[in-house]
Amino acid sequence: MKKLIVSTSPHIKSPVTTQNIMLDVLIALAPATVMAVVLFGLRALLIIGVCVVTAVVSEFIFNLINKRKQTVLDLSATVTGLLLALNLPLTATVWQCIVGSIFAIIVVKCLFGGLGHNFANPAITARIFLLLSFSTTIAGGTSPQLVDVVASATPLAAIKDGATHQLPSLLHMLIGLRGGAIGEVCSIALIVGYIYLVVKKVIHFETPLIFVATVFLLSWLIKGDITIALYQVLGGGLLLGAIFMATDYVTTPINRVGKMVFALGCGLITVLIRFFGNYPEGVSFSILLMNILSPYIEKLCKKKAFGGAKNV
Amino acid sequence: MFSFKFLGKTHIPHHKNTADMPAVRMPSPKEVLLPMAQHIGAPATPIVKIGDEVKLGQRIADPTGFVSSPIYASVSGKVSKIEEYLRPDGSKVQAVRIVSDGQMQAFEGLTPPTVDSLDALIEAVKESGLVGLGGAGFPTAVKLGALKGGKVDKIVVNGAECEPFITSDTRTMLDNIDLIREAVALFERFAPSVKQFIFGVEANKPSAIAKLKEAFAQNDKVVVKKLPARYPQGAEKVLVYNTTGLVIPEGKLPADVGAIVINVTTLAVLASYVKTGMPLVERTVTVDGSAVKSPKNVIAPIGTSLAEIVEFAGGYVEPIGKALVGGPMMGKCAASLDEPITKTTGSILLFNVKDSEEKQSSNCIHCGRCVTSCPLALNPVEYSRALDYDSREERIAILKREKIMLCMECGCCSYVCPAKRPLVQNNVLAKAQYRAYLAEQKAKEQK
Ligand code: SF4
Ligand code: SF4
Repeated sequence: MKKLIVSTSPHIKSPVTTQNIMLDVLIALAPATVMAVVLFGLRALLIIGVCVVTAVVSEFIFNLINKRKQTVLDLSATVTGLLLALNLPLTATVWQCIVGSIFAIIVVKCLFGGLGHNFANPAITARIFLLLSFSTTIAGGTSPQLVDVVASATPLAAIKDGATHQLPSLLHMLIGLRGGAIGEVCSIALIVGYIYLVVKKVIHFETPLIFVATVFLLSWLIKGDITIALYQVLGGGLLLGAIFMATDYVTTPINRVGKMVFALGCGLITVLIRFFGNYPEGVSFSILLMNILSPYIEKLCKKKAFGGAKNV
Repeated sequence: MFSFKFLGKTHIPHHKNTADMPAVRMPSPKEVLLPMAQHIGAPATPIVKIGDEVKLGQRIADPTGFVSSPIYASVSGKVSKIEEYLRPDGSKVQAVRIVSDGQMQAFEGLTPPTVDSLDALIEAVKESGLVGLGGAGFPTAVKLGALKGGKVDKIVVNGAECEPFITSDTRTMLDNIDLIREAVALFERFAPSVKQFIFGVEANKPSAIAKLKEAFAQNDKVVVKKLPARYPQGAEKVLVYNTTGLVIPEGKLPADVGAIVINVTTLAVLASYVKTGMPLVERTVTVDGSAVKSPKNVIAPIGTSLAEIVEFAGGYVEPIGKALVGGPMMGKCAASLDEPITKTTGSILLFNVKDSEEKQSSNCIHCGRCVTSCPLALNPVEYSRALDYDSREERIAILKREKIMLCMECGCCSYVCPAKRPLVQNNVLAKAQYRAYLAEQKAKEQK
């Protein structure tokens, strides 16, 4: 008889793997991706393609050069590339997409040790990097071709400028007939993705909910107008950020209560930036800031061990 | 359905394939190998020599000290060897090998013990060689000693059997309900401080629950509690909390909060010993797993080799990848099929090569699944991280802060980890380092 395998317990493992979690995220992003192409046309497809391919290829080459274990099959680079693309406006140029993707994968992720070791969300950080470097093409956001108005102003910018008469109807906002980044405009597609992630137990339902609710309630409180509050939720990148980026495992607290605090903080900072800052949009900045605070929140929100005595 | 918040929420497959199969007694094996440590505590001391003739139920080893247990011949025959045996945890102990004469002749000196007081009952349990049969192997008599203080008012009977595949406790509840009833009667008589007997059984054993309920319908001291079929309901702290709401503090025993936990099969064997005087010489093992031809429950003499038991059950399909003694969550790998079953072996599981493959582990993605799955709310990521520190002080500081010693190695964290990280393995390593540190501290203090 061949020698028996001797290993430590447990001897069975759950079928959930890193790879199929990432696959679930990709599936959850599929509706938003499809809508991006439907609403914005083939150029959106180009942006998505360039970002995803660059992200995957740069991780592949990085691992190759540094003789690290090949990790592109865990699909996390694909997710990063896709998320970055969906966060960009139609005006982003091809080489901006390439620079952004390389920045996300190499600088934010690989140099810190790869998946699991980065302290900030790669897609968000890359978006902010692009925004600060090329504000003319990356800020704002074009409207889908189906919209007549050639206004490049996003609903949030319009509110900020007091041009509320330019706002599209709430129904248009839901289906994505408004200005913004290619993946953030169609709220319905994002919500479908949210439901999928919750059902598949990839994320806890409360994180995006708390983020969005905080923004909604605070906007309502500050502006005293529920319609404006609704526009605050549906305009800008709130849903995309709350559902797909504030729920990133690596860069948020590990414990469930910590995740709730994280979401609350994101909501708070988003509102502060949107109403009192220079930018009409604050989702990316708020998530990045909270990423930095995440380890501290994690410590503060630690659950007491069952029956554990107090440490002296 | 469940009255209060419960601990333990990991969904694992049940595979209770043998739940409907009454245990079949196998004939005498060719030989048995009886290690002197089949329990927690000091190994027993052999009192037989090579060449001695022994009978079934004859004592072959005396307990060494207070926390220990005697060992009895599980077949009749001749002592052929007293050898060194490598336990699955890597430690070495003496073991007595007995070649069976095939007669299974009982020792003449066996008489039922006289039980007329709590002390006599505990003494009898000590004589019987009983240890926690659920897998822990703590000498039962030592545990029952807590009853003497009169402070224990609850006996929690562990019928959870939360490990996949194993159904030996299920069979006890279904086939030996009379013995369980007799054992409860014994405690009612001699341990009047006990006001309640709470049976904890996972919801995936409806027939066992029904059987218990029926048997104790007239006894209002007995409560049968249906536990959620989520791993690990049978872990002591989890079981006590989920059946009574009592929290066992760090470093304390169930008895400190007024409860004793006894495995349901241990209870049945106790009653059977009091009735017949035959000590613990055999047990029910579930034989299952993807490489086993026909899963079965087998009653086998303790010390029988895995090979002989599986052979009796119907054999296996080559090649085997892993042979497990115990369940897939906490069981140990046997190095070969020549290894014997011990008092605590609830199952033999043989897996084919495909089911035995280790999954490649990758970077921790910080998903928090391990943290949420831990029944005791520990953070295994911290333990693994602590091991990466070069500085011993830092390592120990983290392990202390994160309460490594609470970890019961239940396996939930490793099971759920999507990156397939060897978390339990790291926990065991970290525990060993922490234990070594504690021992050093103690030695220093004494100086
Ligand atoms: S093995 Fe330890 S850390 Fe892991 S889940 Fe069980 S008790 Fe918690
Ligand atoms: S379950 Fe695994 S991947 Fe997730 S946090 Fe724990 S160790 Fe990391």
